[in-house]
Formats: sequence, structure tokens, C-alpha cells
Amino acid sequence: MDHLQELENISVYIFREAYANFKNLGMLWSMGKDSTVLLWLARKAFYGHVPFPLIHIDTHFKIPEMIEYRDRIVREWKINMIVGSNEQALENKQTFPDGAIDRISCCQLLKTEALRGVLTGDGVRYRFNHALGEYQREENPEPFTGVIVGARADEEGSRSKERYFSPRDRQNEWHIAEQPPEFWNQYKTDFAPGTNVRIHPLLDWTEINIWEYIEREKIPTVSLYYNQGEGTRYRSLGCYPCTFPVNSEARNVREIIEELKTGRFSKIAEREGRAQDKEDGGGLESLRREGYM
Amino acid sequence: MAASTEPTNNEQMNIVFVGHVDHGKSTVVGRLLAETGSLPDGKLEQIQARCERESQPFEYAYLIDALKEEQAQSITIDAARVFFHSNKRHYIIIDAPGHIEFIKNMVTGASRAEAAVLVIDAKEGVQENSRRHGYLLWMLGIRQIVVLINKMDLVDFDEGVFKNIVADYQQFLDELGIKPMFYIPVSGIQGANIAVHNEDTAWYQSETLLDALDSFQKASPPVDLPFRMPVQDIYKFTQYGDSRRIVAGSVSSGKLAIGDRVIFYPSGKVSTINSFEAFAAEQPGEVMSGSATGFTLTKQIYIQRGEIASKVDEQPPYVSKRLRVSLVWLGQKPMVPQKQYHLKLGTAKVRCTIEHIDKIIDASDYSSTEKDRIEHHDVAQCVLLLHAPIACDLSESLADTSRFVIVDDYEIRGGGIVLEALPDEGSQIREAIFLRERKWIDSAVSMYQRSERYNQRSCLIIVTGTEESRRKEVAHQLEKSLFQSGKFVYFLGIGSVIYGVDADLKLFAATDDPQEHMRRLAEIAHIFIDAGLILIVTAREIDQADLNLIRSSIGNERVEVVWNGSRVTTDINPDFQIDDDDDLNTSVTSIKGLLMEHGVIFAP
Repeated sequence: MDHLQELENISVYIFREAYANFKNLGMLWSMGKDSTVLLWLARKAFYGHVPFPLIHIDTHFKIPEMIEYRDRIVREWKINMIVGSNEQALENKQTFPDGAIDRISCCQLLKTEALRGVLTGDGVRYRFNHALGEYQREENPEPFTGVIVGARADEEGSRSKERYFSPRDRQNEWHIAEQPPEFWNQYKTDFAPGTNVRIHPLLDWTEINIWEYIEREKIPTVSLYYNQGEGTRYRSLGCYPCTFPVNSEARNVREIIEELKTGRFSKIAEREGRAQDKEDGGGLESLRREGYM
Repeated sequence: MAASTEPTNNEQMNIVFVGHVDHGKSTVVGRLLAETGSLPDGKLEQIQARCERESQPFEYAYLIDALKEEQAQSITIDAARVFFHSNKRHYIIIDAPGHIEFIKNMVTGASRAEAAVLVIDAKEGVQENSRRHGYLLWMLGIRQIVVLINKMDLVDFDEGVFKNIVADYQQFLDELGIKPMFYIPVSGIQGANIAVHNEDTAWYQSETLLDALDSFQKASPPVDLPFRMPVQDIYKFTQYGDSRRIVAGSVSSGKLAIGDRVIFYPSGKVSTINSFEAFAAEQPGEVMSGSATGFTLTKQIYIQRGEIASKVDEQPPYVSKRLRVSLVWLGQKPMVPQKQYHLKLGTAKVRCTIEHIDKIIDASDYSSTEKDRIEHHDVAQCVLLLHAPIACDLSESLADTSRFVIVDDYEIRGGGIVLEALPDEGSQIREAIFLRERKWIDSAVSMYQRSERYNQRSCLIIVTGTEESRRKEVAHQLEKSLFQSGKFVYFLGIGSVIYGVDADLKLFAATDDPQEHMRRLAEIAHIFIDAGLILIVTAREIDQADLNLIRSSIGNERVEVVWNGSRVTTDINPDFQIDDDDDLNTSVTSIKGLLMEHGVIFAP
């Protein structure tokens, strides 16, 4: 069995454990390559279906191609799609760079805080209505008890400390020193009322594995990852004020894999183009303790 | 040292680094990364610059201990993962914490490893966690081990010191039957024998750490062992217009092909593989250990998550309520007899208590003591009594399906392996049921077809209560009422069985055997249910042992228990309770309401 197949098997197992154990299960989808692989793996695990909602935290600063891509896939694959934002922060213009706050605070408000609202059900949720073809505000949203997330251990330091099933407390916070043990393939599938569990099926995947799997499975990805002739592409996707394209000639998946393995990126960190990481002391730890994805 | 070139294959191996706190694991790993050129550009300089800024001496360990909290305390808190490659293959290095408080993180790290590097400080020698980690590696099933005697620079690279520690540690490992592949003298700080030999240890010319890692073998998948697949779920996505009924799970050992006859335990239900299902891939004709798969069956049977699928013609798993196990306890509060816990094995989850503690093994010196509780970080051998029988294997034959964890108050607090499946009160009858299931000759019309035709789900309704309760009146009234609504229903009085089918026991046997009466009643019910009927029986004060027997014979989901009277006088938890003072018709109407709720009959 080759390595990609091993990774797929473990991820599928984790998906099925999550689905069997969490009644209110959701999955974060940022339309990036990792969470799109995650979505594909869900369809592998459940034979073409995605039997739980996908959640997108829309900061309203996403690159427009990402939103177009999202809604196209939602229609084609009949996804149960939920979109949530921190509407108050957006209204009050507590955003970077136009508001008087820094990058980290902007992330905290538009991502961490928005996510907390959507997960607990306190925040506003919009659900895609396939009959009408539009998003509608959801009445009486129920809290999620299990959330599937596409974090990978090789992305940055704090993510390498995650469990496959990682608890978050009532405030959605992560207590790194008090994580439960994971024996073999037994995970934390029991949880106290009010708490939730983050589930990480991609923990063992590397950036190259992700691209190799996209190539093998022919998974549709957003065009921003590829050089369209300008000599630049995005290596990691986020909000436009804080995410910058890298210089690259790679026009397709194969060329990206080559570039990562032997080319100019083989020694440069993936999130190099993500400005918020650098403001957090070289890692995302403070953000992630408070619930950042 | 030249950087390792990218290996041509995709092979990957998980290696865990363990050992006592401060024996230098992270330093060794940091050094290994630096010497194989596995660090991202600028990482080394970045950490060195930060140390200089904060007036701290640089340590290789800082590369690994990326978390601020850890750097503040200079100890590894969690099992961080680090990716690197040699010329031969890719590695995930799991750097497990040595501090005693973080054993649970060490277990997490080691659980994912295929091989282990155990680090011992040359100056401090063998310490408590050197032994405890050695023991846990054994329990977790890791058999490829390298022992590093680190910080050789602190003992002037003295061969005598090295040899003494090796002898000391090997004596401990001999008790477990473990023989490490290599003992290597190293210095993480100076880089001795990490990737290259060092002139200070000219007396050592065998493998360096890097050589040792490359000499580990990928374990071959257990395809030649009996087939096992813990059932994760039964999928039927009818809401998406998909009518397939797919039994999903990951194969833990052996292989399975279309046409194979499978038997599920603990239910003993038998069917045949019809197809393997797949999304965006070709449907396989055969699957083997490691595959996350799903199949459809030729004959529909009722099975649930928690059962283990095996093949009819291979060695079956054990089914028991009593297991002798070896376990490690990680809870702050001790594990004690009388208290109820949950045991999770494969995909099964069942309540359990300690029946008996055989011995507590003090991992620090491997002596055994007798205690009436299992304390934080204790390793124990004990007998667990489960609330219901589960299927499992023994660790010596099939490791995966012998592994379990103990859950208390929502958290995994312990884990272990099954050493022995002990007989329980239901063992004998279960054997008879398994044989019946294997030998059963199907009717040409299936139970499900009958169910559809009769518009009902066949089941056994047990009407029970104290001697004075009006069990028979209720049963008769219920039978009439169901019959009038067009249901196929039959009342069977217990006396009819005792003087009929059981005449040999009642009249001719030396001792009347109540369990055998119950077994026969269950077998009669099993036939009625297969014939698609609803069978109503009455019995006085039925207890949990009787119910367990009946349920194991005909399936949990096919039994409905109605208790007559305001107080339940036995240890059962009935599906429904009616008051003897209630009007008979009211009682029957409410029982029918319950049957609708349970999907036995349907609303008109």
C-alpha cells in the first residue's frame, strides 16, 4: 500500500469515527487546498455524500475567486453549506487595515470570534437553500459538538501538538498541557455538555501529500493556486490584506509538486505569505489557544 | 555533514523518542535534523538569534520545543512531530516528553510509532521513566527499539560507563523479553554518533543513530492473519437517493473478497460479501489489512457498530464479559473496584468494573505489589467484568483487536491489552447460538420480505411483573388488539412451553434447569421472529440474566419488555411500565404507542 493510500485510509477512519460519535457534527471549509482535500475525503468516507454541514467563516476580506468557487462546488456537490461572520466587528469597522487595529486583533475578531459564534449558535448563521439557490438566515441554530478541521502537523509549531480528536472547553479554548491521551486508534469521542471537540483527519499529511493527492484524485481547486501567466500564484489562501502571492511559474498541480520537492520552495515555509503568523512571535500559538483554526 | 538527498521512494516511518526527563531526547532530535539538513532555511539562525537576544545559551532542543510554554520551562510538554528524511526514506519523529507528569503524551506519541529510540543519560544512568517507558513500549506493541546512551561527553566518552548502563538496562528488558536492536553511545550536544562517528568514541564502530533508523524494517501488514474488521457504521443514505446498505470499517488484519462468508461477533450473524463500495475509484474485488472499506451483503442481517466482522472459515475472535488484561492507568484519581467505567475496544463501547486486581507492577523497578486500587501511572494486571459481552482477540495473536481504552468522566484515563478471555455465565449458550447461526438454513422468503408483506417488524414482547400482577390479561388483551389491527401476532403461555417443548426437563430430568427453560423459550421466539411474527409471552419477575440470555439469542433490537405493576422488583430496566390499577384498554393503547415508537408497528 503506498503512502498516500495509507494517509487516505487513516483519514477515512477518523471521519467515520467522528460521524458515528458526534450528533452535531460540522466541518470547516475555507476553500483552500487542505480543507478541499478534507471535503474530498469526506466523500470517500461516505460514498459520495457529505452527511453534515460545511462551515465557512467569511471575513468579507476573502479573495473574490474563493467565494465564486465555494458556491459553485456547493451547488454541484449538493453541499449543506453554512456561512457565518462576526457582523458586529464588520459593522464597527474593527478590521485591518482600515480600522485602527492590528492584524492579530483582526484575526481574533473576524475568525476566532466569528467561529466561536457559529459553533455555539450564538452568532448569525446563513444556510444555503438549494431549492432557492441562495443563503438564508438560520433560525435557532444548535451548537456544534464536533468540528472537523483541516489542520496539518507540518504547518507550524503549535499545530504539531494537536491530537486527532482535540477537546475545546466551553470558551472554545485549547489547553495544550492537558490534552487527553490517544492510544492506538482510540480517540476522545466523549465530551462534557457545552464543550466541543476539534477533529483533525489531515494531521499526518504534508503540503506535498496534499498536492499529490489532488493530482491523483483530480480534485477541483481554486485557480488562485496557479500562475495565470503573471509569474505569481498563491501558496496559501487567506484574506487579501494579509495574504500575498509568491513568485512562481507553476501553472498546474504537477508543476507545483515539482516546485515543492526540488525547486525554490523546498526550504521555505508554506505560510511565508501569511503576515499574521509573524506578528504572533513566529507562530500562531496565542491565536490558536483561543480557538483559531 | 552533507545534507541527505531526497529518497526516491515514498516510504515513511514513524519513530518515537522516549526516555527519562532531561536525558536529552529533544537535543538528539534537533541535532539529527541539523546534521541531515532537514531544517527549513533560516530556522537554525532564527532560534540562535532569539537565544542571543534573550541571553540564553542556544540548545538544539529549542528547534523542537517550538511552543513558548515549553521554552519557558525547558521541558517537552507534548509529543511534537517533526518531519525529516534520510537517503533511505522519510521519517516522522515523535518527540515524546520524559517528564513523569506527561506520560499520557508519551503514550499518544508512542501509539503512532513503528519503532522507538529510548534515550538514557550516561551520567544519571537508568532512571524510573527509562524503565516505565520501556514497559509501555512493550505494552503498546513496539518491538523495534534502539537505546541511546546520551551525554557521553559528560563521562569523558568512557566505554566502561557505557557498558555498565547497557548491562543494567538489559537486565530489566530481559524480564519483558525485549532485545533492542542496538545500544549506541552518543552525544547530542557534540553530535557524536548521531549521523557520523566520533573520534572520542573510537571504541564504538557500529551503527550511528542514523544507520540504526535506516535499519528498522517496515512491519509487513498482517494480511496472513485471520480477517478482522470492527464495524464502524452501517450506512444507508436514502435521504440522498442512495439505497445501498453499506457495512463500513477498517480492516485490522487479514483479507476479504467478494463471495466470502462473514460472521459478526458478538451477535453471531452470518452473511456473504456481495460487493465492495468505493467513491471516485474502481470497486475492489478484495480488501486487506489497512483498508478503510465498506461492503454490501447478499443477505440483510441486523448488525451494529461495535461488532467485529470475521470469516466463517477462519479462527473466530473471543466473545466474553470477563477479560484478563494488562493496563496502564493515567487518571489522577485511582481506578477502583465497584466504580463503573467504560471500555472501548475496536468500535465497541461497554460499561465495565474491576472484578479482581491480580497485581500492580511498579514500572520503576518492575517489582509487583498487591493493592486494591490502580493508581496514577500504575501498570496493572486485572480482570475486568463487562456489562455486556464483546468480541476481542488476545494480544499474543492479534494485537489490534486486543487493544482497549478505559473512559471515565468523558476522558480516556487508561489503556491496555487483553491477555485472556475468561468464561462467563453465558459462554456455553453463546457457543450454541453461534453454531446455530452458522448452520441456519435460510427460508426461501426472508424475514425482511415478510416484514414488508405483514407491515410489521417481528419481535418478542415479554409481559412480566410480580406473581400477583395481571400479566396474562394484559398479554391477551394486547394480542387481540394487535390482531384486530391486522397484525400477525401469537400469544404463547409459559405453561404451554414447560409441559410441551420442555417436558423432558420438567418430568424426566434429575434437576430442573431454569437457564435451559429460558434458552428454549428464546429458540422458539427466534423461529417466530424469523417467520415474521410478533410473539407475546408472559413470565414472572424476569431478571437481567434471563434478558441477557434472550437478547443474545434473538438480538437486542427484537425484544420489548413490559413490566406490570408500580414497582420493578428485579434488576431489569424495562422498556415500558404499566400500573396494575390502570384500565386494561388504556394500558394496551399505551403499549401499542410504545411499539409504534420502536418501529414494530406503524401508525395507521
